[in-house]
Amino acid sequence: MTIAGAPAITTSAGRPVGGRRLPLDWLGAVPFLVYVAIFLFLPTAIIVGGSVLDANGSLTLVNFAHLSRDYIVKTTLNTIGLSAVTALAGATFGALLAYAIAVGNREGLVRRLTLSVSGVLAQFGGVTLAFAFIATIGPAGFLYLWLAQHHADIYAHSLWLFELPGVALVYLYFQIPLMVLVFLPALDGIKPQWREATESLGGGTWHYWRYVAGPLLAPAFLGATLLLFANAFSAYATVNALINQGQPVISQQISGALSGEVGTFEPGFAKAIAVEMVIIVTAVTVLYSLLQRRTSRWLQ
Amino acid sequence: MPERSGVEVRLENLQRRYGAVVALDDLSLTIAPGELVALLGPSGCGKTTALRLLAGLEDADGGRVVIGGEDVTGLPANRRNIGMVFQAYSLFPHMVAWENVAFGLQMRGVGLAERKKRAIDVLELVGLSRFANRYASQMSGGQQQRVALARALAISPQVLLLDEPLSALDAKVRARLRDEIRRVQLDIGITTLFVTHDQEEALAIADRVGVMQSGKIEQLGPPTEIYSRPASPFVAEFVGLTNRIPGEVKFGAVEVRGTQLPMVQKDVPSGPAVALVRPEAITITSNGDMSSGPLVGTVIAVAFLGATSRVTVDLGDITVLAQLATSAATDHPAGSKVKLALRPDPVLVDSHN
Amino acid sequence: MAAVRRGVQGTRRLKLQVFRIIVFVAAGLFFLVPIGAMVEFSTRGVGDQPRTLAAWQSIGTYPDLVAAITASLELAAITTIAMLVLLVPTMVWVRLKLPRLNPIIEFICLLPLTIPAIVLVVGLFPIYNWMGTNFSDSILTLSIAYVVLVLPYAYRSLEAGLASIDVKTLTEAARSLGAGWFTVMWRIIVPNISSAILNSAFLSVALVLGEYTIANNLLYNNLQVEIAMLGRANAGVSIAVAVASLLFAFVVLVLLSFFNRGRGRLQLVELQQVMRTERG
Repeated sequence: MTIAGAPAITTSAGRPVGGRRLPLDWLGAVPFLVYVAIFLFLPTAIIVGGSVLDANGSLTLVNFAHLSRDYIVKTTLNTIGLSAVTALAGATFGALLAYAIAVGNREGLVRRLTLSVSGVLAQFGGVTLAFAFIATIGPAGFLYLWLAQHHADIYAHSLWLFELPGVALVYLYFQIPLMVLVFLPALDGIKPQWREATESLGGGTWHYWRYVAGPLLAPAFLGATLLLFANAFSAYATVNALINQGQPVISQQISGALSGEVGTFEPGFAKAIAVEMVIIVTAVTVLYSLLQRRTSRWLQ
Repeated sequence: MPERSGVEVRLENLQRRYGAVVALDDLSLTIAPGELVALLGPSGCGKTTALRLLAGLEDADGGRVVIGGEDVTGLPANRRNIGMVFQAYSLFPHMVAWENVAFGLQMRGVGLAERKKRAIDVLELVGLSRFANRYASQMSGGQQQRVALARALAISPQVLLLDEPLSALDAKVRARLRDEIRRVQLDIGITTLFVTHDQEEALAIADRVGVMQSGKIEQLGPPTEIYSRPASPFVAEFVGLTNRIPGEVKFGAVEVRGTQLPMVQKDVPSGPAVALVRPEAITITSNGDMSSGPLVGTVIAVAFLGATSRVTVDLGDITVLAQLATSAATDHPAGSKVKLALRPDPVLVDSHN
Repeated sequence: MAAVRRGVQGTRRLKLQVFRIIVFVAAGLFFLVPIGAMVEFSTRGVGDQPRTLAAWQSIGTYPDLVAAITASLELAAITTIAMLVLLVPTMVWVRLKLPRLNPIIEFICLLPLTIPAIVLVVGLFPIYNWMGTNFSDSILTLSIAYVVLVLPYAYRSLEAGLASIDVKTLTEAARSLGAGWFTVMWRIIVPNISSAILNSAFLSVALVLGEYTIANNLLYNNLQVEIAMLGRANAGVSIAVAVASLLFAFVVLVLLSFFNRGRGRLQLVELQQVMRTERG
């Protein structure tokens, strides 16, 4: 209802301010919520629910019991090991690269260039990345051939590129840039005054890193390492492009169990493994965000 | 308690260049033991560079730095035994106040119990001992700077260096803290170099003020001298307020809007020039013809400053500021017509514009 | 005359520069050599023959590959448009009318970041089975899942854009002048957040083109799946396609930064977030 002469600013339902406006406003959010409910929450519910149901639809924990199968345990350990190694290595090299970027001119060409290059490499998916490494140090790769010509056959013992060590090397290709991305803001947060204050108080380079910069950056470094761990743990495409047989990592086990589900062989098993993965990844991510809070308190 | 320490500090012919830009041009300065010298100037004048060279945070391209008779020019900052307070952000965020203050002692190998005790003593000196266990994020800007001061003093340095320590603070806090710094400095008797772009600060607390421009000290002297006998137009205009009133130099004096004024400088060529007149030298008079004349105008605004007031007067072609006792200013509110008079004090004349 | 002395700070700076050079050279080699190797590999001649673009030119002769490329491009377009149509009105509406819902929307949109794609696909599998039998089993239905994957990056980009304009005032001004909701959205809001929209569009395209996990496990042949399969038979061609898609992304990136001077850095940071999902 409008008062004659007053501007007609009304709600979409044409009702006056106050009163029963709320229910109709909620309609605006409905499309989004419905979409998300069907394609995000429903799959999640299917996974969680399906993992505790057997072929007849009754509640059971047998799927989780199957997680203690030898090959699952081995795979889980493999994946943890792979993720930990690439997280630590990626974190270390990434931190060095981030430091090299951070100490440069913040508006300078080097910084913009390095960030731009990372931006392009971001499009580098798991499969294309694996193929890039195969083209480099695979049995027909130019680097391998060049090394072999100089009597350095790197595959003398095993074709390790197509085994876990090779996967780890390829993982570094995206772990390092991810580390740079996550850790650089923390490095940027280090104020030059702290270095100068340390010096004016009699501290040298070692003292600075031991008592000031080190403790300040430790939470950020640790948090970033955890993030890298979660990233490697959930990866699938890269390792799948390199290793076709044996499925040594958890994500491939999920994939295998999923296709096994087509014949309703073990309907809940893929889901149980998936739940295991989610628990691990979520726990790590929560730890990361706790550390992140401390970092931002000190270094924003 | 930090011991009484006063050593002489000498900057001799310091040169510093950044590429083609000359930051310090043959700068020399001697600070007497226990003296507080303020380096004052606009941004880019080189005052901070001079301080950083003294601190050892930057290398000189030429010249020497001598502290207490010892040539420290080649020494890195951490071996010069200086105490420095930065403009902002210098407290270590992961340490509480006493840990920050004790840091310098930690670098010198003092044990935990001892350095904690000394840190709290110094915090007492700046009035913050009850904040000993607080983090920087839990303190105001003024409190942080006091902790920074305590941290610099805890190691009993030979020189105290302050790089615009008040610039990042609110006006009210600034005034209080500046007096606090001076009080502590006098108490301990430490030789101090204080860098600022705020002339009120410099004049308020320094024993001597060095006004800098383009890498050189234009004038060095006690605050009263800098203010009332500026050596150059730059100093006159940078320190305190100045009216630039065009006039003409003839017969050894400068004629400004009908008034003859003696000049500070001796050999000024005859011809047009600009006289630099302080607002306090302009008064309101009721002598002579009040209806027209070169010093008759309209009051545009009156700024009440307490005991004095600043009156802005439009003389038609120029606007001038006069500073009067408030009791005299109240008779001439905005919009009223006034006639001004110039006190016959010697003025600086700028003939190069 | 003052001699130039290096001094303590100068020495430190020098050591730092040496460190930087070593690090950048090493990083440059590690990251650029594999790309160079891909170009090298895909342009090899048979036996002793010189370099050739044969592998590149033969891309068109693989019908499955062409179909996969087309499908992925279509998926990229559909996903981007669907994401924008779903997110932009919703985010604007929530900002205007339901501000208390904002944290919830934010939480939902960031949720896919913590759910690995390989896990999500397990839950999507039965849904897609059902859709396949009851609606359509076209590869283009993948875009429905892709919108979910893209949510975190698109949301953050759009949120940054919306936060920088005063949505409320603009909307009220437009409405008071008689504009309907569609006009407000299309002619007022969208033009003002154009850079955020472009940014999120690019993030979506990059993600869709690089996606493998969900497509593979739902048994569709998108670009990456096809490259992987073809790679076993003819490595040269599949690597040529990989390089082509890299070049494509690079060109789009350059065009995008052209449109968004100054905001360039922000996008690239967002872009690198894309790496996090489609690792797997």
